[in-house]
Parts: sequence; C-alpha cells; structure tokens
Amino acid sequence: MSILLNKDSRIVVHGLTGDAGTFHAKQCIEYGSKVVAGLTPGKGGTQHLGVPVFNTAEDAVRATGADVSLIFVPPPFAADSILEAAAAGVKVVVCITEGIPVLDMARVKKALAGRPVPPAAHASPDGAGGTRPPASTVRLVGPNCPGVITPGQCKAGIMPGYIHQPGHVGVVSRSGTLTYEAVWQLTGQGLGQSTVVGIGGDPIAGSNFTDILKLFQADPETKAVVLIGEIGGTAEEEAAAYIKAEMDKPVFAFIAGRTAPPGRRMGHAGAIIEGGSGTHASKASALKRAGITVVDNLSAIGETVFKTMGQACAKAR
Amino acid sequence: MKLLEYEAKEIFATYGIPVPQSGGVITDVRQLPEALKKAGGGPWVLKAQVLAGGRGKAGGVKIAKTPAEAEAVAKAMVGMKMVTHQTHGKALVVGEVLVNKCSDIKREIYIAVAMDRKGERPVVIASAEGGVAIEELAQSKPEAILKVPLDAVRGIEPYQARGLAFKLGIPAKELGSFVRFATALARIFIDLDASLVEVNPLIVTPEDKLVALDGKIVTDDNALFRQKSLAERPDRESTDLELKAKKVGINYIGLDGDIGCMVNGAGLAMATMDTVALAGGMPANFLDVGGGATADQVTAAFKIILADPKVRAVLVNIFGGIMKCDVIAQGVLEAVKKVELKVPLIVRLEGTNVEQGRDLLKKSGLKLTSAVSLWDAAQKAVSAVTPSAQGGRRRSGDGGPRSAEEAKQ
Repeated sequence: MSILLNKDSRIVVHGLTGDAGTFHAKQCIEYGSKVVAGLTPGKGGTQHLGVPVFNTAEDAVRATGADVSLIFVPPPFAADSILEAAAAGVKVVVCITEGIPVLDMARVKKALAGRPVPPAAHASPDGAGGTRPPASTVRLVGPNCPGVITPGQCKAGIMPGYIHQPGHVGVVSRSGTLTYEAVWQLTGQGLGQSTVVGIGGDPIAGSNFTDILKLFQADPETKAVVLIGEIGGTAEEEAAAYIKAEMDKPVFAFIAGRTAPPGRRMGHAGAIIEGGSGTHASKASALKRAGITVVDNLSAIGETVFKTMGQACAKAR
Repeated sequence: MKLLEYEAKEIFATYGIPVPQSGGVITDVRQLPEALKKAGGGPWVLKAQVLAGGRGKAGGVKIAKTPAEAEAVAKAMVGMKMVTHQTHGKALVVGEVLVNKCSDIKREIYIAVAMDRKGERPVVIASAEGGVAIEELAQSKPEAILKVPLDAVRGIEPYQARGLAFKLGIPAKELGSFVRFATALARIFIDLDASLVEVNPLIVTPEDKLVALDGKIVTDDNALFRQKSLAERPDRESTDLELKAKKVGINYIGLDGDIGCMVNGAGLAMATMDTVALAGGMPANFLDVGGGATADQVTAAFKIILADPKVRAVLVNIFGGIMKCDVIAQGVLEAVKKVELKVPLIVRLEGTNVEQGRDLLKKSGLKLTSAVSLWDAAQKAVSAVTPSAQGGRRRSGDGGPRSAEEAKQ
C-alpha cells in the first residue's frame, strides 16, 4: 500500500498541451504513471503525447475513468481548475501551479469543504466514531508544490523520479528541491519511500501536514515519516500536537529558515515570519516537545533516519 | 506589497472611511506651507512615511503647534535616518512626510482584517485597547483581543459588525457609522487581495466621531495580475539589487554575512543559509535561481551575488532534478568566465548526471572547490572566508556529519 497514489491511479493532466504540462506529463508517462487524459478547453477530440485531450474534466473522467487530476494551469485560472476537477469526481487533485492568490485558495477551500468524499479515497480516521460524514472531501495537494510520488508505481508531479526508491519511509514537505535533497539522502542510505508528498509553500494549502500524517499513520506500508517544514504559519506546531496525540510511528523533522530574517518572504508566499510568529524556534521546540527527532543539519537527515530505523525500514544493503 | 500610511489612507477615503484632514505628503520643506494650509488650522502632526511600525518612539511622529514649529520638525524629519524596533537594526531613510491636522482623542481602538492561515479565511481582529502593538497585547492579555471570521467573498455581515461594535463599546449613536466602517475595511481587504488591512488606532473623538488615525495595507503579490492599480505602484520594500534580481526572475534577499549563496528552490535556499550558519559562517543572501535553472539564470545570479561588496566567497548548491547537473556545471563555468570571479567558489552539485557535472568542473581548469555534500560545502565556504583559524568560527558540531565521507557512510 501507499497513500494517495498507486499503480492503478489514472491521471488527467489539466493544461496538458501547455509547455509545463507537456514537459512534465511526458516525464510522468516515462516513469510509468498512467496518464489517461489531458484537458485543454477548445482542444477536445485531439491527441497529445498519445493521450486523448478533452474540453472539460467531466468529459475526461467519464470517458477514461481518471481519478487523479494533475494541474499545470496558469495562476489566474488554477483555482477554477481545482473546482472543476473536484466537480468531475476525481479523488485526488494535485495542483503544481505557483502564484495563486491567497483569497482564491480561501474560496476553493470553502467550496471543497462541503463535498462528500468518495469512500475509497478516504483512508484517514476522520469520520470514525459515529455516523458523522467525513469532514474532508476530495483530497487536494498543493498548490505551489512538486506533487506526489509513490515510488515504482505512480508519479504525479515535477520531481525527478529516479532519485526515489520504493520502501517504507513516508515523506511530507512544504518545499520542492529541499524534498529532493532529503529523498536522495534516504535513497542513499537504502531507505526507500512509501509515498512522498509535497504539500506546497503557500499560506493556504489543500492539505496540511496533519492531513497527510493521518494518511501515513493509517498506511501499513509506512513505518516512519520524514517531515520537512519551513518558517511561517503554524502547520508544524499543529502537526506536533497531532503526532503527540495520535501517531505511534516515528517522525523525523527538519525545519528550514532558522537564519531567515523576520518580515521577508523567503521565496514561498507562506514562508514568512510575521509579528513574531512562525519562527524556526517555535516550530522546532513544539516538535521536540512532542517527542519528534528534529534534525538541525540538513545533510544528516538520511543518516539520522537510518540510525534509528535502519533495520525496520531498509532493504537488504 | 506594503503600502505607506498615506497610500492606505487615500484608499480608506475612497471607501468612505473618515481620515484626518490631510495636507498631503511633502518631500521637501519648501512644500510645507502649502501642506499646512491644505490640512487646515493647526496644530498639525507630521509623520515619517516608512514601511515600519514603531515610528512614534523613533521620532517619526511629531506634533507642531505653529508653522515655525512645523518647519523645524519637517527640516529634521525629511531625509532623516530612522531605526525602529521593526527595522531590525537597519536605518530607513525618510523620503516622504505626511502632514495631517491633529485630532482630539477620547478613545483608541485597534482593528484589522487579516488572512487567518489556520482558519483559511479572512478574520477581523479588534481590541478596545488600541494604540499599542497588537502582538504584545496578544501575549500579555489575549482575552482583550476579539476575532470575527469572515467569508472570503461576502466580507463582514452587518450582524457581525454590530456585535463587534457592542463588544468594543462604540457609542450607540455611532453604531451605523461603525458598521459602515467595518464593512468598508473588509471590502478593501477583498477588493485589493490584501493580506492585512490595519487601522491602529481607530479613534473616537470627543464628539464621538470615528476617525482612522493610522493605516497599513499589505497586499498579496500573487494577485498583482488582477490588481493593476497596485502593480503600478513603486516597490518600496526591495533594495536596488533585489529589484534587479526580480526583473530576471531570480528571488534574492540581501543579508548581512559574507558568504554568497546560489541555490535552486526556495526551501533548499533557506536550508543552505541555515547550514552555512551551522558551520559557523554568515550567509550574504538568500537566492533562489528557480527550480529549472538555466545557464543564463546562473550567470545573472552570479552577477547579482557579486554586486554585493560584502561577499568574500560564493557557495553554489544545486540539486539537479529535471535540470541535469552537467547542464548546470556548464552554466556555472560559462558564468564564472563572464563575471571574472575574484572570490573563492565552492560548488556542490547533486542529482541527475552528477558525475558528468563534477567531471566538467574538475577538467575546466577553473579555480573552484568541489564539495560532495551541503555540509561539506558549507564548511569549505566558511574556511575560505576565515583562512587563519581553521574552523575557528564554527559554533559546535551538533550531530551533523563532519565530512562528506562520514555523511556517505
């Protein structure tokens, strides 16, 4: 098992015929992902990269049974694409687009909040303990993220596939290349990954750390989790509270931005220390208090996980 | 994007929010008499227009009872260098001074609309105890802070505004004007794609009138494509070098140290700064050349880093994913030739085609130091700027691998 994606996942790429869509969809196909449809309004009925292109997500889902949307649509139209994907009934929406206005995401999150979740996509224990319907809906990952990969099975994103290796460490991160760095170290130590999820660097994200940690906790294949956070917001502090209360799997964390000056946006829209909150110190101490191993030296992530988890997680070396 | 007080107040006025009678901004003392006349009879208040709070304590807000007093204040204020608790030790030069008619104050209220990241919607934050730093109040007296969640499309509902008015102790006969005020504030937040619209203080005058005495607006850069009027305004936050970088699609923020950093990806760029610090050094900048860095981008990034005279070594840390390491190595070599590098260069490449990339660097004959891990690179960069005491500036090993060999074990 894995989370979010597996070998049977069927991807529809929104913006398939654009430059970014074409380039990255091709890489996903080469990795072995089942890209079954493309979506470009006005180009329905054509083929691109050997994949049928549709005018609407509804058409694409109906014709191909796509259950994952991968979005490469430019920022002004991306929020609408997310809503279109959700309305068409896919289970997982991965939005790569960087630069979506925060208010658009606030509106998207509110619109998604009332939808019933397809039972199969709902692996989290959210709805347990009564007849209350699950609180969450279609699972949105991103925007402004590298995507999701279940190594050896399916890649829906822009990450280099070959640095990954199938295994038992779950990775969840707010960053892109920083995630590749951590994954590369894990792979170098012989520690494969169950699924690697980039939740993105925006102030309002489709999924936060806690959402993904719940899925990892419920996934029998995942034996440990690496969490890569950064300054800004309180998602790491909330994750710490969840881990302490609900998780029995070991979690290793790295938080970027210890030396970042306050008040400056460090690349990602969400990576900013505002009014004294969102600091590295606050996040690291919350995680440590929750019993999580916080790695201070980025270069030591793989080694640290190996020292603790080597026997349980590593393949024969 | 952050707007100055007078820009915020101009926007307030167009939304019908009462602001003090204004004489406009002056950039030269000679403009003062006209501004005083426009602001009406004295006394006046002169306010330094800089993007930082804490101006009052730093001498950036002064009251003048007579035109002569005003002239003395303006002379000192225009062009003055100001350091407040929010400028992090850096001095801001006061280019513009706002001239307002003084208002009599009976009460001060804090009110703002902000983006609540956790709640994923806008929120009104208010307190009957205005005029103070809200962060401090949140620490010392959290119960004094009121929060009202808003809909991201509709803004504030009248019942929410009324509820707030009663909790803030707004005089009953001003209920209507408070509701109009709060509605306008939420409207500005939504219309401008703001992340913060703050009035601190909103005052109640002795005549029980509400007036926005100060104003702060921060907007979402991601929304500039649909905020044409904002996009046209000057970027006052960035330094010249930062603006230059922005133009070529590079994300650069100048810092105080001497090790220039070039990295692909924002998270990795931050982590690289952290690693340099962990090794005992000081990063000179944050620089993200972008996820798919090209040779041209790398050249442009070198130029920007080296334009900072503090830089005494450059550390390149690229994780080649989609963009292969040999391509990046080629870019680094071309760039180094073009910019005539005179400081030590430490290059750490990892990822796709890393062997070919390292090989290219080795065979180039250029004077550069290759590193195999980020930790290795950071240590080499630190020792490059501290030739005498080997690793003398290192704080302490904190469990990190001490060498690349160890890291590979």
